[in-house]
Amino acid sequence: MSFVFYVLAALTVAGGLAAMLLKNTVHCALALTVAFAGLALLFLELDAQFAGFAQILVYIGAVAILVVFAILLTRGSETPKDGVFSHTWLAGLAVAAAVFAVLGWAVLQAAPLLPGASPAPVVTVQQIGDALMGRYVLPLEIAGVLLTAAMIGAVIVALHEKEGPK
Amino acid sequence: MTPLAGYLLVAALLFSIGLAGALTRRNAILVLIGIELMLNAANLNLIAFWRYGPHPEALTGMMFAIFSIAVAAAEAAVGLGLVIQIHRHAHTTDLDQMNRMKG
Amino acid sequence: MIKTLDQIFVLLKEWLVGYLPASWQPVAGVLLSVAAIVCLFPALFALTTVFERKGLGRIQNRLGPNRVGPFGFFQPVADGIKSLTKEDIVPFSADAAVHFLAPVVLVVAVFMGFAVLPMGRNMVLVDMDAGLLFYFAMGASTELSVFMAGWSSRNKYSLLGAMRAVAQMISYEVPLLLSSVTVVMIAGSLSLTKIVEAQSGYSWGLPHWYIFTPWGFAGFLMYAIATTAETNRSPFDLPEGESELVAGYHTEYSGFKFALFFLGEYLAMFSISGLGTTLFLGGWSAPFLFLTWVPSWFWFFSKLMLSIFVFIWMRGTLPRLRQDQLMNFAWKFVLPMCLLNLMVAALWRFLGDGWLRWVICSAILLAAYVGLGLGELRRGKIGPRSYRYAE
Repeated sequence: MSFVFYVLAALTVAGGLAAMLLKNTVHCALALTVAFAGLALLFLELDAQFAGFAQILVYIGAVAILVVFAILLTRGSETPKDGVFSHTWLAGLAVAAAVFAVLGWAVLQAAPLLPGASPAPVVTVQQIGDALMGRYVLPLEIAGVLLTAAMIGAVIVALHEKEGPK
Repeated sequence: MTPLAGYLLVAALLFSIGLAGALTRRNAILVLIGIELMLNAANLNLIAFWRYGPHPEALTGMMFAIFSIAVAAAEAAVGLGLVIQIHRHAHTTDLDQMNRMKG
Repeated sequence: MIKTLDQIFVLLKEWLVGYLPASWQPVAGVLLSVAAIVCLFPALFALTTVFERKGLGRIQNRLGPNRVGPFGFFQPVADGIKSLTKEDIVPFSADAAVHFLAPVVLVVAVFMGFAVLPMGRNMVLVDMDAGLLFYFAMGASTELSVFMAGWSSRNKYSLLGAMRAVAQMISYEVPLLLSSVTVVMIAGSLSLTKIVEAQSGYSWGLPHWYIFTPWGFAGFLMYAIATTAETNRSPFDLPEGESELVAGYHTEYSGFKFALFFLGEYLAMFSISGLGTTLFLGGWSAPFLFLTWVPSWFWFFSKLMLSIFVFIWMRGTLPRLRQDQLMNFAWKFVLPMCLLNLMVAALWRFLGDGWLRWVICSAILLAAYVGLGLGELRRGKIGPRSYRYAE
């Protein structure tokens, strides 16, 4: 596997670790952005250009900013007095380690059966457009309805409630 | 080890890091960050299998990943709206203090 | 000879790269183009700062800077020396790492956007299939750097300015994308070179630029409004207005970092004007059939400088919009117009050639403009002016 893959994987994992371990919440959000960028570059390495640019546009351009605004609006940047990890942190860590062990074992067991290196597929945006309007038109429309509902729901949930008649 | 196995291991590692964060951090927003990491790890899995799978011209993996990105963004928006509303009510986002149903 | 002049930079690059062994040639070619962009656009930025100050001065009935050099044109040299030698003050409670990285992220993201602009025939750095998507992805990354700058300074004014700036940039991102999507729909490709090629025909001596169609004209106006807001230029410059918020999100920056923010803002203006030129004004194609002998890069850069001139003109003429007026405008006027424009463009495509589609599309767009505008005015309760005189 190539040098580029190792560098990008190291960047992404480092970003993820920093996002989960740092004390300052805004630093965690920025480390998450680095992880998103690393993942977008991994997508580009896998010849999925549309997915890579969509990842940057949606995750870094929208989700990261959303997270940061939520941190600001909930005063997350003030350091908590009881520490940043929950009192049940050991159980959580054990569960996560067990999940990684199972997944890693599954991948390594199946390693001889996985397909090897293959030539890069040539995917044009035209093909993606045809697929979205042809075979995947129903998921596209449902995603549209879902996004509308989510938008209306998020606005209503976060709305300042007016004082009702007492 | 094939390239595909490398990508799958990276995705598994990211997934467990996200899971560890979601299970151990106190701040509700950091739990949501962990969930976003898990979703991204799953996307990496999908794209890796699309690239090294038998029929990349069918675009199934890429489509799945694109829809997953869109839906994850919507879910992050709603989740963060909920966190903001909870903060307005309880004046804290510390999950260890939210262990009672009585408001 | 005309073709040589048109392709002179491409031929120059090929000649220089020809001195290297064959395996190094692609990389060397790309590096040479990158160096050209990195040298050219900051030089253009220096020239633009002088033009802006002198232009604003003339609009405000005063001379601009006129001390340094002939007619003040060496002012950017003086400004550059000043910003490089000023003391770099970082506040004690500021978050040092994020404070340092914010201008870097901004400048890097903005420079990446130049990679897909076609600056002349065959003069694109990377001809990507999804070029427009790449451009907007890089543009979205600039918003994060604005927030980083505001938050890391630990200063109320910076944070307030940063939040306003990010809210404004996000609100106007949607009209920007929608007006570009209209062009993509008609041209049939996300690749910027193909969009320029789709606009390179001529009929009755007039070019086929998209601005000369009803939906293109409306789309260009929406795009222009959205770009003015995205780059925080007047009349949308509340986040950085001097009389409002000290200096907004770059209050705590001094010396070279402030110069980087300034550079980043102007480069963003250039790159987004370049994109607007590519999408609506025909990119590098000449305005009239008898002018095609002039090199293509000359047309691109003159259209770019024309857009910059219009930006400077707007800054000197229009008053600043308040934050809530700005957001109202984005969500209640520009966004519905953009959505309607998309539908009108689709109607244009399917009505076939002829005068009928011009009449119908123009009528729909004019009716929508008047209707939405009157709705906004009524909501704002703006009537005819009334004057009160001192007694």
